[in-house]
Amino acid sequence: MFGLNFGFLSKYWIYYSSGLWMTLKLAFWTLIFSTVIGVVLGMIRVGKHKVVNTVIDMWISFIRGVPVMLIVFIVYYGIATGLPSFWAGIVALTVNSSVYIAEHTRAGMQAVNKGQMEAARCIGMSHLEGNMYIIIPQAIKNILPSLANEFILLIKNTSIVSVIAIQELTYKSSIVRTNTFRAFEPLIVSAFIYFTVTWILNQGVRLLERRLHRND
Amino acid sequence: MTKRVNNEVVFSVKNLQKSFGDLQVLKDINLDIHRGEVVVVIGPSGSGKSTFLRCLNLLEQPTGGEIWFDGENILKYTKEIDAYRQKVGMVFQLFNLFENLSVLGNVTIGPLRVQKRNKEEVEKEAMELLARVGLADRANEYPSRLSGGQKQRVAIARTLAMKPEVILFDEATSALDPEMVGEVLKVMRELALSGMTMVVVTHEMGFAREVGDHLVFMDGGYIVEEGKPEDVMTNPQHQRTKNFLSKML
Ligand SMILES: Nc1ncnc2c1ncn2[C@@H]1O[C@H](COP(=O)(O)OP(=O)(O)OP(=O)(O)O)[C@@H](O)[C@H]1O
Ligand SMILES: [Mg+2]
Repeated sequence: MFGLNFGFLSKYWIYYSSGLWMTLKLAFWTLIFSTVIGVVLGMIRVGKHKVVNTVIDMWISFIRGVPVMLIVFIVYYGIATGLPSFWAGIVALTVNSSVYIAEHTRAGMQAVNKGQMEAARCIGMSHLEGNMYIIIPQAIKNILPSLANEFILLIKNTSIVSVIAIQELTYKSSIVRTNTFRAFEPLIVSAFIYFTVTWILNQGVRLLERRLHRND
Repeated sequence: MTKRVNNEVVFSVKNLQKSFGDLQVLKDINLDIHRGEVVVVIGPSGSGKSTFLRCLNLLEQPTGGEIWFDGENILKYTKEIDAYRQKVGMVFQLFNLFENLSVLGNVTIGPLRVQKRNKEEVEKEAMELLARVGLADRANEYPSRLSGGQKQRVAIARTLAMKPEVILFDEATSALDPEMVGEVLKVMRELALSGMTMVVVTHEMGFAREVGDHLVFMDGGYIVEEGKPEDVMTNPQHQRTKNFLSKML
């Protein structure tokens, strides 16, 4: 604990800011893609098509059962070999996040009371209209908080793509570590940055939840 | 009740059957419902009352028999089902108000989105309906802020907004605290007096006797006994009706 020295920051802070920027970009794009894919998967999953549902379930449990780092390797070295590492990383993270978002979506849709669709049908709405006007607006309210939490998880998960040399925060702090011959402080700094970002986002999620439940 | 029940048949139910897998819930239901008539359906739990109502608006697909509505066999409907349901409203035991919409939104969404009517006109009508059920001042409230009795009155207004020919009530007061039953029954009574055709599943024997034009006692998937409420209640012919009524009255 003694003799901690953060003097290197004056020279290396730019490494952290560019690393953080890369981290945020990765998380942002991954969130966009995985939300679209995950919500679509989840909505299909709520339907009654048995074969499709079995395939989706198998896919979800497969992805959940494989370490994220392995997915990154498989995508980068095995499947999307032509892709720049930045996009390969996003693809891998998207594959991972989208299955969780699919599960949140399914749960969020199924949590809407069954009577809501019946009431919608009883005033002459089609199944589609019932979904559009009644079920999905309520499901969104259920899903948004878990989506926001997924984003927070993503910020941390992006550190994994440092293994394919994407220059995000964790990767950069390793460089700083090598260059300064200091083991501890460069890591502490990046940990502090991760914490700060996720903490701020957490506060945002709380605000969001309070707003959403104003009418409950 | 002093009001005219027409001879015109709205619903004609013939040999209606409904099974869930091996369980045959409705075995042979035959019933004519006339325009302006209030048909009260009573019977023990599990006798198929809800299933019967749900067959009438095709929330359940019957497995046998016929249901004629305004001279058409509705069991032949496929694409027409959504349009048909606008003519047959339903009020649920647990209200099922749309939780994402305000009171006004609940009442207007059908006319706006399904019937694609003009917004101003729809809102004006909705406010009149809310006034009619005594809730005009709660128009912008969300359902979660309402009491059970208020929710059910909104649900009735929501159904009325579609200008249905018939309204089905499935134990509309069973989930209410006793002190709120009266306010909902009052709305239903006024509706009956206005000439609305109603099929009412209920345990409220006072309401059945006072407001009902025709009483139907269901048991075991059959209509065991039917007739004028007064007659059936004071002078039941079948043992099962007697047993049931002795527990209810
Ligand atoms: N969707 C369904 N799937 C399987 N069985 C069902 C279904 N709906 C109803 N049933 C069964 O049909 C029978 C009749 O149910 P129904 O709800 O019509 O009775 P009810 O007369 O309305 O009773 P209660 O007074 O308790 O409301 C019950 O045994 C019930 O378990
Ligand atoms: Mg019932």
